[in-house]
Amino acid sequence: MDFLNALVAFLNFVLVPGTAYGAQLALGALGVTLIYGILRFSNFAHGDTMAFGTMFVILITWGLQGLGVSFGPLPTALLALPFGILVCAAFLLITDRFVYRFYRRERVKPVVFVMVSLGVMFIMNGLTRFIIGPGDQRFADGERFIIRARDFKEMTGLNEGLAIKTTQGITLVTAIIVVAVLFWFLNKTRTGKSMRAFSDNEDLALLSGINPERVVMITWLIVAALATVAGTLYGLDKSFKPFTYFQLLLPIFAAAIVGGLGNPLGAIAGGFVIAFSEVTVTYAFKKVAGYVLPDALAPSGLAQLLSTDYKFAVSFVILIIVLLFRPTGLFKGQSV
Amino acid sequence: MSLRDASFFALIAVLIVGTGFIQSWNTALLIVNMGLISAIMALGVNIQWGYAGLFNVGIMGFVALGGLASVIVTMPPTTEAWAVGGLRVIGGLLLGAATIVAAILTYSRMRAGRARNITMLVILIGGFFLFREVYDPAVVAIEKVNPAGTGYLGGLGLPVLLAWPVGGVLAAGAAWIIGKTALGLRSDYLAIATLGIAEIVIAVLKNEDWLSRGVKNVVGLPRPVPYEIDLQNTPEFVERVTNWGFDPTTASSIYVKLSYSVLFTIVLVILLWLAQKAWNSPWGRMMRAIRDNEVAAEAMGKDVTARHLQVFILGSAVCGVAGAMMTTLDGQLTPGTYQPLRYTFLIWVMVIVGGSGNNFGAVLGGFLVWFLWVQVEPIGLALMQLITAGMADGYWLKKHLLDSAAHMRLLTMGLVLLLVLRFSPRGLIPEK
Repeated sequence: MDFLNALVAFLNFVLVPGTAYGAQLALGALGVTLIYGILRFSNFAHGDTMAFGTMFVILITWGLQGLGVSFGPLPTALLALPFGILVCAAFLLITDRFVYRFYRRERVKPVVFVMVSLGVMFIMNGLTRFIIGPGDQRFADGERFIIRARDFKEMTGLNEGLAIKTTQGITLVTAIIVVAVLFWFLNKTRTGKSMRAFSDNEDLALLSGINPERVVMITWLIVAALATVAGTLYGLDKSFKPFTYFQLLLPIFAAAIVGGLGNPLGAIAGGFVIAFSEVTVTYAFKKVAGYVLPDALAPSGLAQLLSTDYKFAVSFVILIIVLLFRPTGLFKGQSV
Repeated sequence: MSLRDASFFALIAVLIVGTGFIQSWNTALLIVNMGLISAIMALGVNIQWGYAGLFNVGIMGFVALGGLASVIVTMPPTTEAWAVGGLRVIGGLLLGAATIVAAILTYSRMRAGRARNITMLVILIGGFFLFREVYDPAVVAIEKVNPAGTGYLGGLGLPVLLAWPVGGVLAAGAAWIIGKTALGLRSDYLAIATLGIAEIVIAVLKNEDWLSRGVKNVVGLPRPVPYEIDLQNTPEFVERVTNWGFDPTTASSIYVKLSYSVLFTIVLVILLWLAQKAWNSPWGRMMRAIRDNEVAAEAMGKDVTARHLQVFILGSAVCGVAGAMMTTLDGQLTPGTYQPLRYTFLIWVMVIVGGSGNNFGAVLGGFLVWFLWVQVEPIGLALMQLITAGMADGYWLKKHLLDSAAHMRLLTMGLVLLLVLRFSPRGLIPEK
């Protein structure tokens, strides 16, 4: 019984939140890795792209709520999601047309692209704060829990409850659907194959008649979708604040690099590696240890390895270790 | 310096004097002082980017470390806190450092294989728990000592001006650790590593209350210049300024700001002179050779990674000095106010706008962009008032636009950066 209690406590506080967070990071890292593979630069504006797309989802959600539209037990934001993606995609395409395309034609060094993305980051961040403000926004509605802690306790007779929030369930389901569609697209369709060819060897891809502008345009569309979905899921699960999204840049980059930049499968693996390490290292294991260990050995403190405020340190340390020992990441990524 | 370059600096002077006449001399001097500090930060970034092409987006971290230095150097020590746990905290930190050194030694000395992996794990995990065992009780004890007033170890109680070079040294130490790990890898990796270290430095400042009181802030740092109130109570000062026809209160605050300006200008001139000397020396030519073609420089027998490490440390140290100066100017260390957009990316805008690879350009960019940063807010507000003038009072859009005027800054900075990168990528004063 004690062992089951420990297991449930672990599931409730580490595995379930870690999985949801991992899925969110994986979607973000997929966007970063796709841009890196096709456009060949690290996009520092990605966190703010997520915030930008999410902002429109929130605005449209509010509009729908005002009209009395709801999605039953599911959050209304899911209905608003496609519109948010459209707005975000339009903005990214405009940015590409007026900003990035010039540098692509000039064939500048990757670091100049990074700097340009800083400028885009400033603008997107400014717009987001201008339109919705820098504060916290909550926009989750509908049913809050799939399983409530109390119901779970009554059902199983355990001391520990297991709560699964609707947003966590939605995160996982949405992430699986999005990733499945993305991989189907990249591996089975003609356009997807041309994108992979372009990423593997630009010169050969151009020789075989692939239109680079089309590949770039589709990449931005996919990135807009991924970023908006990732941002909306994160916002539903926690809350929306522009600065938090900017700070997500670090774990997202860490995930993409750990998996190997330019490698979509790696980005997903990296997202979960970072998320689970973060949650595990910052979780206070007092409860779990109290069930498993005999009383004499039970920890007196919280048994927390690092305080939650140092979660950035976790992604950072993993990043440094991977960079030192496997610079191309766990799955082989590109290096320029 | 050509006539064109000089005219840019003249423009800055006109803008600042204009602010003095239109707004107030206090505002103008505030802009000058922060402009001087920004110029030093931009100089530091230019040493990394302009000389060697290193992309550092962790400036905020180095600036904050400089700020920490001014607390550690200038504040009086809390003797009681030292008595209950000072040595123990330091012992704990040394244990932590020893663990990492032992792990690195094991890695380099033992042969690869399972034995090495297990030894490393044992050292790291054992070391971590040992570190927590020594360190945690000491921290609790220190933070219990008068938490409302001190609750931290305090500083060394040394002269303020000493804090500035110490800030440079602290930042240089952090830069050494980062450089050792991330240099030699691809350029974007350095960027991400520095982004991470900056966040971690801020997290440490916010949470390690024993070190710098965390978010409770350290206020009332000693100053290298007299206090306004003391000046107002000095009869000679009051008499002299009244003879010149000034109000003593205003005069005292202007006097203090001017003293800061003089100190900061001296630092800027020294650093600028050193940077110019380095740029024109064989060392500077070698750095540019490495920047422009690493492979060729390596073929000539230059150790690219070692030179990169050197220049990375130097540039970060300059940022650390600027950070210490800024905290001295503010008279307080407030970890909550360090924002990457303000302390990292804004400095980048300064360097790019001013002209990367030109020290005078960096200084110019520091002043110009800082001036913009300060003035965009009132200008943005005025613009919004103009736009919303036709709307009825209480209309939601009018209120929203007026409230959001403050966020015009980021938008403007992004626009300036993109326009300069596109149409004048070499900046206002380009590299020669």
